[in-house]
Amino acid sequence: MSKVVDAWVKVQDMPVGFHGEAGRSVDFKTGDWRSSKPVLDREKCIYCGFCYIYCPDGVYEDMGPKEKYYKADLDYCKGCGVCANECPKKCIAMTLEEV
Amino acid sequence: MATKPIGLEVSIAVAEAVKLCDVDVVAAYPITPQTHIVEHLSELVADGELNASYVPVESEHSAMSSCIGSSATGARTFTATSSQGLALMNEMIYIAPTLRTPIVLAIANRALSAPINIWNDHSDIMSVRDAGWIAVFAENGQEALDLTIMSFRIGEHPEVLLPVSLNIDGFTLSHFIEPIIMPEKSEVDAFLPPFKTDLKLDTQKPLSIGLLAGPETYTEIRKATDDILVRSKKYIKEVFAEFGKAFGRPYNVVETYRHEDAEIILLTMGSISETAMTSVDELREAGQKVGLVRIRLWRPFPVEELKEALGQAKIVAVVDRHLVMGATDGPVSFEIKSLFYGAPKAPKVFNFILGLGGRDVRRADFKEIVQRCAELDKVGQKSFEIVGVYE
Repeated sequence: MSKVVDAWVKVQDMPVGFHGEAGRSVDFKTGDWRSSKPVLDREKCIYCGFCYIYCPDGVYEDMGPKEKYYKADLDYCKGCGVCANECPKKCIAMTLEEV
Repeated sequence: MATKPIGLEVSIAVAEAVKLCDVDVVAAYPITPQTHIVEHLSELVADGELNASYVPVESEHSAMSSCIGSSATGARTFTATSSQGLALMNEMIYIAPTLRTPIVLAIANRALSAPINIWNDHSDIMSVRDAGWIAVFAENGQEALDLTIMSFRIGEHPEVLLPVSLNIDGFTLSHFIEPIIMPEKSEVDAFLPPFKTDLKLDTQKPLSIGLLAGPETYTEIRKATDDILVRSKKYIKEVFAEFGKAFGRPYNVVETYRHEDAEIILLTMGSISETAMTSVDELREAGQKVGLVRIRLWRPFPVEELKEALGQAKIVAVVDRHLVMGATDGPVSFEIKSLFYGAPKAPKVFNFILGLGGRDVRRADFKEIVQRCAELDKVGQKSFEIVGVYE
């Protein structure tokens, strides 16, 4: 057969059952799927936690009662805009990513 | 060694065999004609006779999903289904082999709809033919029981780790009361050690199962699954031989009956083979050189063994129990033709379909096939013929 150029792993070297190490999704940064990112206006934010609760990827981190806001981890945020849609104060703006 | 047969319904015998194998998890949904198997298992669990988790799932799709999950934790896992149930499992059926989860699945073979029909043929198993499961066919009740025990041993073999489907003809096997030798628990324990594998979901040594594979890896993973399925034949034969030694009942991947000097060989799978043997005896008495070859191991396909068993015949009459719509042959016939294609000395292969949706398969049907082979020998056969079709 023709020489394989497109494959990563040989058949013989394939892990049994194609099992992998656990926790690999941490390495799989999905942030570059994003076309727009959430930008928070902290002046308007009431620290209600809707963005934190509704985010389907769980990228929001609670910054605590002193800081009083939630911060999106842009390594993993796919830019779906659910947080901006659900925010009761409309203080999250989906802003086009610069290329 | 247990030697005294008792009268037992084959479904109950399979369930009792599963109990003897100390299964850990049974996740199943009832469907005719498989129901007696899982019904009896649920009773055994409820009565405290079998220490296992019985998961009464809401569908066959969930049954196979649960089985994959439980097998992935290293639990010995069993389920059973038929026909539409197997069709509903289809999505998960294709997942189990590549994830290398050695589930044992008893299929009480039944026709697929439409029209809805609860009786026996092989259309259900053929719908998952290509999925990567080891598939064996039982001929009688004793085989159904013995193969249940062997299926766990084969599937869980550290060099195999594949799911196994045990095919028993619906009703004609599953619901018959047959004389069956029930092995002693100690004999089964000696033959079948507990399932141990490092390849399992374990909180102490976490791993990911069921990963996404892109174009860079999918081909190689599928090829690796096929490789292990093909290689598994060696270990299946070892387990068959070991079982023969331990229990005194020998098993081969392909069985033969009066085939050595046969000019016409009937090729069958499953319970109709016993009827076919009687026909062979009667035809032999009438002076015709007829023999029988029976496929016990359907997947991986026993290429070498069948070449050897069939190679000397003038004609092979392949008997299929599934109609492949829009094609020239039944599933077994396709395999046999490709086996001999281009070979310098090959038997003529003719294909006959019978016993669809539970239509009786009689001794006279096999005689008709043999008679028809003599005619086809002169004129050839373009595509399969259905025995006894009313048209």
